[in-house]
Amino acid sequence: MNSPCLSIKNMTMAYGNFIIQRDLDFTINRGDIFVIMGASGCGKSTLLMHLIGLHRPMSGDVFYGEESLWQADYKDRQRLLRQTGVLFQSGALLSSMTLAENVALPLTEHTRLGAQRIRQLVSYKLALVGLAGFEDYYPAELSGGMQKRAGLARAMALDPKILFFDEPSAGLDPVSAKLLDDLIRSLRDHLGATIVIVTHELASIFAIGTYSVFLDMETKTMIASGPPKQLLAESRDPKVLRFLTRGASESSNISAIKRQGHEIL
Amino acid sequence: MAVDNRPSNITVNCKAHLLEVDIIGDWLLDSQIPDLDLILAQFGDGTQFKKLVFSTESLGRWDSLLMTELIKLISYSEEKGISVDTKTLPSGIQGLLGLVFAVPERAGVRRQSIHISWLEIVGNSGLRLQSDVNALIVFIGNLTLSVFAFFRGKAHFRWVDLWRNVQDCGPSALPIITLISLLVGLILAFVGSVQLSLFGAQLYIADLVGLGMSREMGGLMTAVIMSGRTGAAYAAQLGTMQVNNEIDALETMGFDPMEFLVLPRVLALIFVMPLLCLYADLMGIIGGALVTVNFFEVSLVEYINRTINAIHMLDLSVGVFKCAVFGVLIALSGCMRGMQCGRSASEVGDATTSAVVTGIVFIVIADSLMTIICNRLGI
Repeated sequence: MNSPCLSIKNMTMAYGNFIIQRDLDFTINRGDIFVIMGASGCGKSTLLMHLIGLHRPMSGDVFYGEESLWQADYKDRQRLLRQTGVLFQSGALLSSMTLAENVALPLTEHTRLGAQRIRQLVSYKLALVGLAGFEDYYPAELSGGMQKRAGLARAMALDPKILFFDEPSAGLDPVSAKLLDDLIRSLRDHLGATIVIVTHELASIFAIGTYSVFLDMETKTMIASGPPKQLLAESRDPKVLRFLTRGASESSNISAIKRQGHEIL
Repeated sequence: MAVDNRPSNITVNCKAHLLEVDIIGDWLLDSQIPDLDLILAQFGDGTQFKKLVFSTESLGRWDSLLMTELIKLISYSEEKGISVDTKTLPSGIQGLLGLVFAVPERAGVRRQSIHISWLEIVGNSGLRLQSDVNALIVFIGNLTLSVFAFFRGKAHFRWVDLWRNVQDCGPSALPIITLISLLVGLILAFVGSVQLSLFGAQLYIADLVGLGMSREMGGLMTAVIMSGRTGAAYAAQLGTMQVNNEIDALETMGFDPMEFLVLPRVLALIFVMPLLCLYADLMGIIGGALVTVNFFEVSLVEYINRTINAIHMLDLSVGVFKCAVFGVLIALSGCMRGMQCGRSASEVGDATTSAVVTGIVFIVIADSLMTIICNRLGI
């Protein structure tokens, strides 16, 4: 189970000359639910953009298994990215298409399946995310949570080995967020996929995260990594603790903070 | 390292009341699979079977393809009253099936395709036309109110916005207006010259171009360009603001979007259009002069003299007045479609398209009406 699925080697990200994060170095193992966390604006979503091939790193590289993503030419990169699925923050469904057409889009584009078979696959994917029967609805006719689940169905269309989530629980009520967390975990268990989540939702982080990195805005690099619960229990870095306890570590007594942290859990 | 796919197969053993379904081989999206309907046919009418079990000892790799087939099989069996035992399936498949059947389809959710008769289509478009006209009248009413508010000095908007709009639809439009008007003047001169040079009256090309541009073509071409340039931009801007809830935000802050967004745009266009029209007239006349002086042995001074004698103040005013009216119509259609825009990306596109179409239709109708009226009044 502990084979590397995605490795980030010495990566520095920048917009123009403005460095967002430098010297990122971590490995995501197969079957992990890997959480990328940090305060708003620290570069979490930017990191995601680099992992899914939308933004080229200033230096360093991303490896899918053994293969480099950014040394590869365009065709190879597309092949590598074919095994990933991405759920964007707002679902990013194409508004001019029905849910069925949205989910069918990657299938018609990248496979040679017949129309009948694609229809069955689409119904199956929508049923997986609890949207059976909603094939002919347009995204605008659905609630935010449903749009997000439909986006997940589309991300899973090609049976990806790695699923990326950008702020999956943003804008959802706690119950829907919990259901989405459960869905993510059972998809990981049953599909054997690796999950990478960008989030700052503490409840989600502790509920489903198996490993995590913490990006810091001031030093512009990762300052902690490990299973989230272990970070809360063992980290001595005030920034990490403040984040994981919702700012409760303003008091200087670390053990008091930890107690508060456990109360949150 | 490519692994060869093992051929997939599915067999059914019937043992008294028990159906044993054996799934063999790799079931991947690109593999050939047996036709499930043939298997289902072996179930007969299903009455003699009570229970269905799976055997998956020889199942290789699998993905969504196997899942869709299993779902079909299970749904069919349950329809026939056969109870399905999924406990012998791999745990991953059991889990996914659990998710699939966890949220049953809500009754009435699925959409039926409905047949609509042509009579209904005609009726619907009639009703839509009526509501469109209603919306137009309401919009014009609201706009009028904000214009009154503006003249009483009570309209809430930022002067910066007005000037930015003037900048956007005035000076920035000059290059395209220059090009198009110059070419239109050129074309008028060429078309006129064919007839006029037959009886040696090349000098009168100046009359034709001058009158044609100032009374009609200058304003009309400006209006068509501005409809495509600014009308579309207005619809897209306001439509995107609608999608992003920006217009709702303005309303909650106590701004009337009509005054805050629409008014500066309409005012800017009304202010700029007559100026653009004069500029277009001038460019058209220059275009005409280029042709006449170069090809028809008319000197530049003669051409200018002829043009000055041909165009009266009245002609220019008619052209400029028309263009101001077009300006109102363009701003109206652009802003109206933008404000009526729905809440999705595709609807912004629809709003922009219909803004340009509505704008040009309005322009042509208004132009014909005004030309007829001028003709009857002898202006």
